[in-house]
Amino acid sequence: MSVIYILLAISIIVAVGFFIAFIVAVKKGQYDDSYTPSVRMLFEDELVKDNSDKTILTKKD
Amino acid sequence: MSNNTCFHCGLDATSSTITFDNKSFCCNGCKTVYEIFSINDLTCYYDLQQAPGATPKDVEGKYNFLDNAKIVEQLLEFNNDDTQIVTLYIPHIHCSSCIWILENLNKLNPAISSSVVNFGKKNVRVTFNSESLTLKNLVALLSSIGYEPFISLDDYSVGKKHVDRSLIYKLGIAGFAFGNVMFLSFPEYFQVDGFWIEKYKPLFRWLMFFFSLPVVFYSAQDYFISAFKGLRSKILNIDVPIALGVLVLFVRSSAEIIFDAGSGFFDSLTGLIFFLLLGKFFQQKTYTFLSFERDYKSYFPIGITKITLEGTEESIQVYDIEKGNRLLIRNEELIPVDCILIKGTARIDYSFVTGESKTVSKQSGDKLFAGGKQLDGSIEVDVLKSVEQSYLTQLWSNDVFKKDKELSFTNITNSISKRFTIAILLIALTATSFWLLTDPSKALNVFTSVLIIACPCAIALSAPFTFGNILRILGKKKFYLKNASVIEQLAKINTIIFDKTGTITANKETSINYEGSELSLDEETLLKSTLRGSNHPLSRSLYNILNKHDILTLDTYEEFLGKGIEAKHKDDNIKIGSASFVGHTSDTATLNTTVHVSTNNQYKGKFTFYNAYRKGISQLFNTLKKEYDLVILSGDNAGEKENLTKLLPTKTKLLFNQKPEDKLEYIKYHQNEGANVLMIGDGLNDAGALAQSNVGIAISENVNVFSPACDAILDASKFNQLFNYIKLSKSAIKIIKWSFLLSFIYNSIGLYFAVTGQLAPVVAAILMPLSSISIVAFTTIATNISGRKLN
Repeated sequence: MSVIYILLAISIIVAVGFFIAFIVAVKKGQYDDSYTPSVRMLFEDELVKDNSDKTILTKKD
Repeated sequence: MSNNTCFHCGLDATSSTITFDNKSFCCNGCKTVYEIFSINDLTCYYDLQQAPGATPKDVEGKYNFLDNAKIVEQLLEFNNDDTQIVTLYIPHIHCSSCIWILENLNKLNPAISSSVVNFGKKNVRVTFNSESLTLKNLVALLSSIGYEPFISLDDYSVGKKHVDRSLIYKLGIAGFAFGNVMFLSFPEYFQVDGFWIEKYKPLFRWLMFFFSLPVVFYSAQDYFISAFKGLRSKILNIDVPIALGVLVLFVRSSAEIIFDAGSGFFDSLTGLIFFLLLGKFFQQKTYTFLSFERDYKSYFPIGITKITLEGTEESIQVYDIEKGNRLLIRNEELIPVDCILIKGTARIDYSFVTGESKTVSKQSGDKLFAGGKQLDGSIEVDVLKSVEQSYLTQLWSNDVFKKDKELSFTNITNSISKRFTIAILLIALTATSFWLLTDPSKALNVFTSVLIIACPCAIALSAPFTFGNILRILGKKKFYLKNASVIEQLAKINTIIFDKTGTITANKETSINYEGSELSLDEETLLKSTLRGSNHPLSRSLYNILNKHDILTLDTYEEFLGKGIEAKHKDDNIKIGSASFVGHTSDTATLNTTVHVSTNNQYKGKFTFYNAYRKGISQLFNTLKKEYDLVILSGDNAGEKENLTKLLPTKTKLLFNQKPEDKLEYIKYHQNEGANVLMIGDGLNDAGALAQSNVGIAISENVNVFSPACDAILDASKFNQLFNYIKLSKSAIKIIKWSFLLSFIYNSIGLYFAVTGQLAPVVAAILMPLSSISIVAFTTIATNISGRKLN
């Protein structure tokens, strides 16, 4: 039955790991701005490098 | 994409002939921005959002103060050899294109290593190398692409501002501990007797104990501090029973596991604190794009150009301005101090100060007050007073700005908690003495049980969740409140005071009336053609209301500053302007703004300019008058008195010629008489009154531009909804009272278990979350139902 010690230890380590991740995230300011990242993730980097083919509005027609 | 709007900014471009790349632009500025973007492969800007741009403004010389190293040093957040970081507030940020272009600044200038936008706060944090790009050039670069930053005196010491994130930490810790303790308590909930649980019980209990430590000593510390402060000033606030409950919970639970008497209440303890903090977090709705703390510093520039005795220009800090200095005020610059105009024509826009958007013309020798914005070229002025002593800024030395409104107010929860705490202590003592007589072994158990179960979690949650939800509902309706206590204050209002200009009148519209002999068609054509040439704001608004006519080419045209215009076409001569200028002397002195017209030296009549009142104002006042005393405090002359008496209910008090201090004193006087005052204003001159009043609401035509320090910001388009908003705040109070009743029922049930000495941890663990969750559900549903009545 001493397996319960191992299980407890693992579960607490995992929980504390996530907890530390949370603290680090807050400290880095991830919770300061909850809107901009949601827009930023939609930008595609390729658009910039190769824009003449991919832009829609600026295409010369 | 239609061809008659500007590709860059979306404005009408029908009359312009500027095209580039097959796209039409309204002006060269917009075209230049497009060119910059297309050269740098940044035209994606236009794909994310149609016509996202703004026309770049000419900023030549405006940011010369950024040459001053001392000023730059203060603005930079981080400053090391080759890395500089600055956060700039850019009002134009409004869409995803803005985020995209501002985060790609490094493609425009390699000296910029990164830039990060915070959309909510409308600012961009730029990391750059000041050896190849100075701050001034960075600002110029941003301005050239239509993103001109706004740098005010307020930014001056901002660099090292500290962000308080402690509530999130506390909430995170409490949530973490709550979840883990819940898991660990599970085996004992089911009371399975046997070898297994007997063996591991102590381990589980001690683990729970350690999880609860940071919750009690860190997450809950605010409750202890607040309870201690309350007791010291002899107030039984809601945090006293909470702190008492937490303390008893912790001590009793620890004692139980030390003496192996039971499993303790660690689940309830951590859950309680987690829910309480959740309520706090929910109530803390902040509008990051608004600021409720602005004073004149948010409007004033940091630096200004001083003309030295040798005649050279030098940038100095605003605080360094001394009496007798000669300053150069450029076009679109704000006048930071009271001064005398020496050179140039001044056309001053005092709308920041008074809410009045009409500009005022001044001639050399005239006194100019701080807070005005120069609109017509550069002027030179002599300083009369330093910044702090100027007419407008003096207002801020009043004590009212140092007072915290929230502290001097007992909120609804605290007013109930006094009676509640006393009642609980009485019940605890009675029950304990009863058990001391019958079964002394249970007495301590009963005493602590009562304090644990009575811990007013549900009561403490009612107000935060109700107010938090109301804040969100009102926010969606464009009424932005500073914090929850404003709702409570708003429900208690009995007197409403309005500012006139810019508050009950709309800024953008004026109505114009003509009195006199009718103008013939020819005369009207001539009038319109003459007005066309003038840039005076009165001419512009008059020009816009006249019917369309063919435009004549005038033979002569002359503008007399501060007097009027004279023009000639063939044999017809026209004069437009002040009464004396057109040769009309019998004019009865009128207080309104008027423009007189005469043709061929014959007096024709006058156009009178009235402020256009906001739509629905009559109706609003008529609904409000049943329950509130209404007052209008205007800084203007009594010219509109007649109009207002016609428009508003008869018992509305009208007071004119009120200086900023007068408004403040008026409110103070009535508060001493027992009135609860709601002040509605808009300009900086109302700042004192807004701070003095119980609730100060700033009206704003565009919430993104500046409004003075206040408790709430109301979008001007929702002005006629004011009554409904006040009504909603009243129903919020009603909802809270009902949920108090509900939580009393829970408390009575819990107290039954407690006084009879049969409070098991599992009962507490069920009752506590159940009461909290049902209160949260009740307040949320009830506020949403009352919120739906708003349209």
